[in-house]
Amino acid sequence: MATAAAGTDRRYFARPTAKTGWWAWMTTVDHKKIGILYGFTSFVFFIIGGIQALIMRSQLATPDGEIVSAAMYNQLFTMHGLTMIFLVVMPMGTALINFLLPLMIGARDVAFPRMNAFSYWVFLLGGLFLYSSFILGGAADGGWFGYAPLNRELPGNGMTYYSLGLQILGIASLAGAVNFIVTILNMRAPGMTLMRMPVFVWMTLVVSFLLLFALPVIGVALWQLMFDRLFGTSFYDPGAGGDPLLWQHLFWLFGHPEVYIMILPAMGIVSEVLPAFARKPLFGYPAIVFAGAAIAFMGWGVWAHHMFAAGLGPVANSAFALSTMLIAVPTGVKIFNWIGTIWGGAVRLTTAFLFAAGFVSMFIIGGLSGVTHAIVPHDAQQTDTYYVVGHLHYVLFGGSIFGLFAGLYYWWPKIFGRLLNERIGKLHFWLMIIGFNLTFGPFHVLGLLGMQRRIYRYAPGLGFDLWNLVATIGAFTIALSIVVFLVNAVVTARRGEQASADPWDARTIEWMIPSPPPEHNFDVVPVIRHRDDWWHRKYITDPKGTPSPVIAGGADAREMPPEERDNATASEDEQAHGIHLPSPSYYPLVTAVGLPIAGYGVLYQPLLLAAGFLIVLVGAFGWVLEPPAEPAGAEAV
Amino acid sequence: MSSPEVHHEESNHPGPAQYVRIAVILFVITVIEVAIYYIEPLQGVLVPMLIVFSLLKFILVVLWFMHLRFDTRVFTWLFVTGIILTFSVFAVVLLTFFLQGGAAPAAPGLDGG
Amino acid sequence: MSAANAAHGASEPHTSTGVDNVKMAMWTFLGSECLFFGSLISTYLLYHDTTGAGPTSADVYDIPFTSISSFVLLMSSLTMVLALSSIQQGNPRAMRIWLMATAFLGLTFVGGQIFEFTTFVEEGLTLQTSPFSSAFFVLTGFHGAHVTIGVLMLLGVVAMSSFGRLGPDSARPVEMVGLYWHFVDVVWIVIFTVVYLIP
Repeated sequence: MATAAAGTDRRYFARPTAKTGWWAWMTTVDHKKIGILYGFTSFVFFIIGGIQALIMRSQLATPDGEIVSAAMYNQLFTMHGLTMIFLVVMPMGTALINFLLPLMIGARDVAFPRMNAFSYWVFLLGGLFLYSSFILGGAADGGWFGYAPLNRELPGNGMTYYSLGLQILGIASLAGAVNFIVTILNMRAPGMTLMRMPVFVWMTLVVSFLLLFALPVIGVALWQLMFDRLFGTSFYDPGAGGDPLLWQHLFWLFGHPEVYIMILPAMGIVSEVLPAFARKPLFGYPAIVFAGAAIAFMGWGVWAHHMFAAGLGPVANSAFALSTMLIAVPTGVKIFNWIGTIWGGAVRLTTAFLFAAGFVSMFIIGGLSGVTHAIVPHDAQQTDTYYVVGHLHYVLFGGSIFGLFAGLYYWWPKIFGRLLNERIGKLHFWLMIIGFNLTFGPFHVLGLLGMQRRIYRYAPGLGFDLWNLVATIGAFTIALSIVVFLVNAVVTARRGEQASADPWDARTIEWMIPSPPPEHNFDVVPVIRHRDDWWHRKYITDPKGTPSPVIAGGADAREMPPEERDNATASEDEQAHGIHLPSPSYYPLVTAVGLPIAGYGVLYQPLLLAAGFLIVLVGAFGWVLEPPAEPAGAEAV
Repeated sequence: MSSPEVHHEESNHPGPAQYVRIAVILFVITVIEVAIYYIEPLQGVLVPMLIVFSLLKFILVVLWFMHLRFDTRVFTWLFVTGIILTFSVFAVVLLTFFLQGGAAPAAPGLDGG
Repeated sequence: MSAANAAHGASEPHTSTGVDNVKMAMWTFLGSECLFFGSLISTYLLYHDTTGAGPTSADVYDIPFTSISSFVLLMSSLTMVLALSSIQQGNPRAMRIWLMATAFLGLTFVGGQIFEFTTFVEEGLTLQTSPFSSAFFVLTGFHGAHVTIGVLMLLGVVAMSSFGRLGPDSARPVEMVGLYWHFVDVVWIVIFTVVYLIP
């Protein structure tokens, strides 16, 4: 045992013990705290990305806008895209996954708590690194998918920040993916078979596999770009024989799975929220799970639909058009099942439900415009116009963001112990959905009228004026709705209604434990006997499906033999030793710090690069050598 | 502190002798690969033979040295999925390039300086 | 693979699949690495003839030399697996010897790569020469970097074992490093065939 030989090492490697205050947050390995950190950070980036959007919308509100230069506009749309994708939607999903995954499967934490913390710090530092470019010579300005050869030719450091920043962020996501896969496969409570897991957990598993396999591909593309920019290679230099299409393939091989990475967690959230507020089980659970997996699998076969105008030829175009149309099928299955969940239910129109219903309707619209993209001749007109910008915002805002807000309203009481105010919440929802449609609906019209995307201004008399103005009004309406949400958060923090363990009378086991949960999550790890196990502990359903509360303690009192009714028994390990929680640690943060330093080293000073590597090495050493979680002092049951 | 697989390993675990045997096979295959590279009459079948031989080496190392043959199927699935996915998508990517006639030709005036 | 993740001396925590977390994580990661090297190899395949005005593969490749270094790496997989076998039979000293042998063979391989690279540069094939050279150097360079990281891990395990810091289940970190090492070897099997041997 390491402690026997540790001796004096303990002084250097002793684990931090703070439980409150800044230091507790900096050294935490608790998935719940890490989830809150992710949530807070991604929300700040959401506001920043939103401000970037408002500046762009102000510029485009009228023809011949003069608020920003073309060069600044290029940075704005690039960073807006990068921010919303990599610093908002993905990490906000990760925030909810972090907080909820262990709770939903009956675990005390994820498989690798320190690596979990590492993922967060790398995300935060990677985001800051990317943003530092604004004051260090200019941010990335080649568009979020940075096509070649422009990406290698653009002067300044912006696109180098792009390649380095995304690589750093990719490390965070890859570590998270490995962590969640092992957690889901290995740390489920007794009786929690895969087909009893909440859909949100299934979607997390699927998304993690997508990340696992897609991130390396863009990693290679980004390395190649970096080498082209810094070391004179010619991967994407057409003058030397490089082929810009290689970039497009590599990028979209990642980029398409990436959009499923962004939408599937939201679909998982909606699959939890709708049944809760319809008081019905999810319609067609196996179909929804299977459809999610099918979407992920088929998502690997559609990437070149982003390249219909790249000249691949009719054979390739037709093949990818077909696969793209086919992927609408499992998506449709999910939508019908969500509708089937609501249909005939005793629906409660809470804010969370409204956002979930908003997700379904807005995503249908976005999906439909997506299907029109699948028709190659249509896409030839639509691509690189505002039509596709409309499509992508309907699925990523109307879809992902609405879904994430549904999740926030639904799980806020569990996370913070207070319920968000419903009246303010509804104001938020209606302002948002109206603003959203006012902003992005017109984009379809503008696209069909021929307005190209990414232009920093347009001439008068092209027919663009009215719809651009409407869109700008819509954008500011969205901004107002976000302010309303922030007001809600503050009001709730000050005097919000305290939440019980199960304020919604929900279905899954995270609602079994107090709000907010104790550090160790479950006093005793539950034994799972059903899908929606919590619901079955509360209610027996008669043959007609009408639930009635279980009077005696324990689930399915009718079916269970008396000796099994108290079906939560501590594992032998916990009976002998008490609950073990992973101890806090400095080293995830230390290791993470080395990465942006190495990044700056690549850009400016080789010594910094060496320093960065050294810090990573030191951090890794400390991580490996520090003593394990302390058995003494852990809370006994 | 035996993990559940230790007993499993003890029953089918290859010993050092078997590992050396596998290493010898790997060595022999490599020698053959290099030999046929140089043998003129075999140039026609060079490529398929090389593919077969390297596949053999790959399988030997993964299944025996990495113990995949004796471990849980989950690991096989994790690894094989990565391999199949790699092959499939990159086959399509390279196909689109070669259908077009190879990588874009160098700009005129580059060749020959 | 850290001792710190091991349980407190008692039984390993039970997992839903019966397989330990770190091993599952390593195989998961290796699945990801397939895509990483697949992308690099595909780039190479795309550009293997795009040589511009510079040397071609036939001009610079030294098959006998590369065969020997391939053989060296292959044998390092043997020493690796013998190291694991030793510790599983409770012989940490033999394990350390085999691990050092593995590291030595790995360093020999990397040394061979460096020699090969410098020779190519002298012959007019640099990183910047052509898409072919870019793809070649970046692919083999990344592989060499992976080998180097592997050597660092091997030496790290040797050091930890020497200081008694491997923890109660000392075979496990060795097994994890072994999986990584064999994978890097297997990638080289593919690279050697696809890059060097196939014309």
